[in-house]
Amino acid sequence: MSHNTMNLKLKVWRQKNANTTGAFKTYEVNDISDEMSFLEMLDVLNEKLIVTGDEPIAFDHDCREGICGMCSLYIDGKPHGPWQANTTCQLHMRAFKDGDTITIEPWRSNAFPIVKDLTVDRGAFDRIIQAGGYVSVNTGNAVDGNSLPIEKAKADESFAAAMCIGCGACVAACKNSSAMLFLSAKVSHLALLPQGEPERKSRVLNMVAQMDKEGFGSCTNTGACEAACPKEISIANIARLNKEYLRAGLTAE
Amino acid sequence: MLDSKIPAGKLEEKWVDYKGHCKLVNPANKRKMEVIVVGTGLAGASAAASLGELGYKVKAFCFQDSPRRAHSIAAQGGINAAKNYQNDGDSVFRLFYDTIKGGDYRAREANVHRLAEVSTNIIDQCVAQGVPFAREYGGLLSNRSFGGTQVQRTFYAAGQTGQQLLIGAYQALERQVALGNVTMYARHEMLDVVKIDGKAKGIIARNLITGELERHFGYAVLLCTGGYGNVFYLSTNAMGSNVTAAWKAHKQGAYFANPCFTQIHPTCIPVSGDHQSKLTLMSESLRNDGRIWVPKKQNDTRKANEIPEDERDYYLERRYPAFGNLVPRDVASRAAKERCDAGYGVGTSKQAVYLDYAAAIERYGKTEVSKQGLSNVSQEQIIALGKEVVKEKYGNLFDMYAKITGENPYEVPMRIYPAVHYTMGGLWVDYELQTSVPGLYALGEANFSDHGANRLGASALMQGLADGYFVVPYTLGNNLADEIYNTPIPTSHPAFEAAEKAVADRIHTLKNINGKQSVESFHKRLGKIIWNECGMSRSEAGLKQAIADVQALKKEFWSDVKIPGEINEYNPELDKANRVADFIELGELMCVDALNRNESCGGHFREEYQTPDGEALRDDENFMYVAAWEAKGEHEWQLHKEELKYDVIKPSQRNYK
Repeated sequence: MSHNTMNLKLKVWRQKNANTTGAFKTYEVNDISDEMSFLEMLDVLNEKLIVTGDEPIAFDHDCREGICGMCSLYIDGKPHGPWQANTTCQLHMRAFKDGDTITIEPWRSNAFPIVKDLTVDRGAFDRIIQAGGYVSVNTGNAVDGNSLPIEKAKADESFAAAMCIGCGACVAACKNSSAMLFLSAKVSHLALLPQGEPERKSRVLNMVAQMDKEGFGSCTNTGACEAACPKEISIANIARLNKEYLRAGLTAE
Repeated sequence: MLDSKIPAGKLEEKWVDYKGHCKLVNPANKRKMEVIVVGTGLAGASAAASLGELGYKVKAFCFQDSPRRAHSIAAQGGINAAKNYQNDGDSVFRLFYDTIKGGDYRAREANVHRLAEVSTNIIDQCVAQGVPFAREYGGLLSNRSFGGTQVQRTFYAAGQTGQQLLIGAYQALERQVALGNVTMYARHEMLDVVKIDGKAKGIIARNLITGELERHFGYAVLLCTGGYGNVFYLSTNAMGSNVTAAWKAHKQGAYFANPCFTQIHPTCIPVSGDHQSKLTLMSESLRNDGRIWVPKKQNDTRKANEIPEDERDYYLERRYPAFGNLVPRDVASRAAKERCDAGYGVGTSKQAVYLDYAAAIERYGKTEVSKQGLSNVSQEQIIALGKEVVKEKYGNLFDMYAKITGENPYEVPMRIYPAVHYTMGGLWVDYELQTSVPGLYALGEANFSDHGANRLGASALMQGLADGYFVVPYTLGNNLADEIYNTPIPTSHPAFEAAEKAVADRIHTLKNINGKQSVESFHKRLGKIIWNECGMSRSEAGLKQAIADVQALKKEFWSDVKIPGEINEYNPELDKANRVADFIELGELMCVDALNRNESCGGHFREEYQTPDGEALRDDENFMYVAAWEAKGEHEWQLHKEELKYDVIKPSQRNYK
């Protein structure tokens, strides 16, 4: 494997907290190996800032293997950066070349207020789940796991929707900050399974109501969410959500 | 002597008997009782949800922005359960036996048997929650094999079983939040346990957004805070995973058991340079189909695909014909290290071995050919069909490998090397999961109880959910039944005040050091010391040196660490400093424990104690005990032993040949 190094310019959004206004600040980083991950490149910059007495850049991250959904950067105008089906923490520096200027912003949405610098508050997603994103089954109530066969195709489709990591890239990518892809993934995951059936109607109605309350915008089906989704959640889930919503509304008692 | 409170009676009747006789708290009283749960991974989320369902008033804490982020989410391969759906001879006893043997006879029989018993309930519960496990065409649940077993008992959801199980538990938790039974405190970190009259009665937590310290009362405190693998700096743990909650409990009197029992996972992506911030695991499930090899020639610089079949050494298949590539993790890791140390390693660093899918791709391709009734197929078509099958089974893992390394694992063998993954040691708990501090419990990876000296694959998820869904709801009630006569203690109590002041003082001390070196740089140095001397192999001289080095590092940390920003704001560097300070102290205890244990067992390999063919050599006569350490002061611990009694299984040298 070849190892190349590069010098880069970074335009980074800095904002002290939710109540102050922010601004871009430019930094230079040198000798960045193309084997580094994007966040490791930011680690290098932060280390330099700390040692020289500056404040490091705050950004959310945890598992650094693309599954926890905590990392959230808007890189050169794209949520999670230039690679397809990828989270920021999995982005590697071989995606860039020597001399590049990289612009790094937080998720931009009124429903995701900024905490500091590149860190935002995604509590709205938890509250949407609280509105009905579950099966109401207490511990100990379950029958044998194999008592109810589930068609493999349906189980697979449900799994594909359940792959959502709740990162919020779909909201960040949407010009209206719509949370429809996130919401539709949860509604689909549970609507496709027999276990989700008893609460199918109330779930979709309540979750949509909560989404509207949180201040997310409307969906116009442009598909930017699907293109940005690191787990490739299909926009077909939004169609299913609309169907579920209509069905629930039209057939409610 | 430690009392593990194991119920009397026959092994298979202990848990049933316990449940039949334990004390209960009536629903009206439960509603009046606050319980604190720290951590929201599989153990914490399942405990908080289940206790909320029972009617307790639960306060749940996590340091991440949402409970769904906890690191359980990263578990890839699967979860074990003794369902015997495959009719291949599995049973509760066999899962129990495999776990005890896999743990190299250093786990408690009663706990492990209970774990095997409830394993089947876990699968049922998860299915009922809507966890989309992998299924066969007939619509029934699918299973695969994992290391250290000869049956197929692992349930999975592609390569992200942990995520699906955690989402299940998280959804159950959020349902209780919506119902008002659980209050969730995200971006909060527990910084001390508050003890009143010797019992845990609350915690001091720091709001990580504002930096404010908060006092929380609870009739009991449950620590579900995961393992301490990040003491090594480089591990497969998430960046935020830490030992702080467990360590604070330890400083408050909870014994820390078997800290030297750490698991090095054999199949991780190798380190690529000094910048590396974490390591990425490639699921053990890959050993189901992949074959591990190195060249037969030392320092072979040829590319993998240029090395002919008869010049490859499939060393696991050679050394362990019965289990082959599916030997337990500790055995596979040491075997990889042995080959690399002997000069047979591959890749630029020579610290890697190959995990090869070529044979599996061809085998699956041929199966597809016959399944689809094709004839006159070319080798290329067979390979293409095989790749499709492998993609369905392991696609996300292969993609992950490609992203990190820039290589295509469908075409060239993956390069892998062992990395720190899990910690079997943890807070000492009795049969009820209560630590040596009354009212303080430890669940999941945070406790020490079920995996002995080595954990089998797909057993961590099982244990986390067993503890949270099916064990603690009973054992907590048994103890809280006596607490109903006590009224809640206001947080203005002097004990809360003193605890908060101690936490505030420590934060101020840290912040005011104003030194020159970053927290990260200390963490990296700590990791190197522990990895080199208390990692895959350990020696008396090395451990003694490591203890001295860690003590010196501690001194340097507390006189030269530099923390930017303010105390009363969102300050991730300050959070990290708190955690690294605790890791340094734990690092010393790990070495003390490893030095004390003059034997090799499971993940603990002392160079002085090995069989002639390099296998771990246990000393059952002198070390068949749990080493539970009590904090006594700076660099000082007292050892308490819990004798391990094997009534049912007869310990023998583990044999995977």
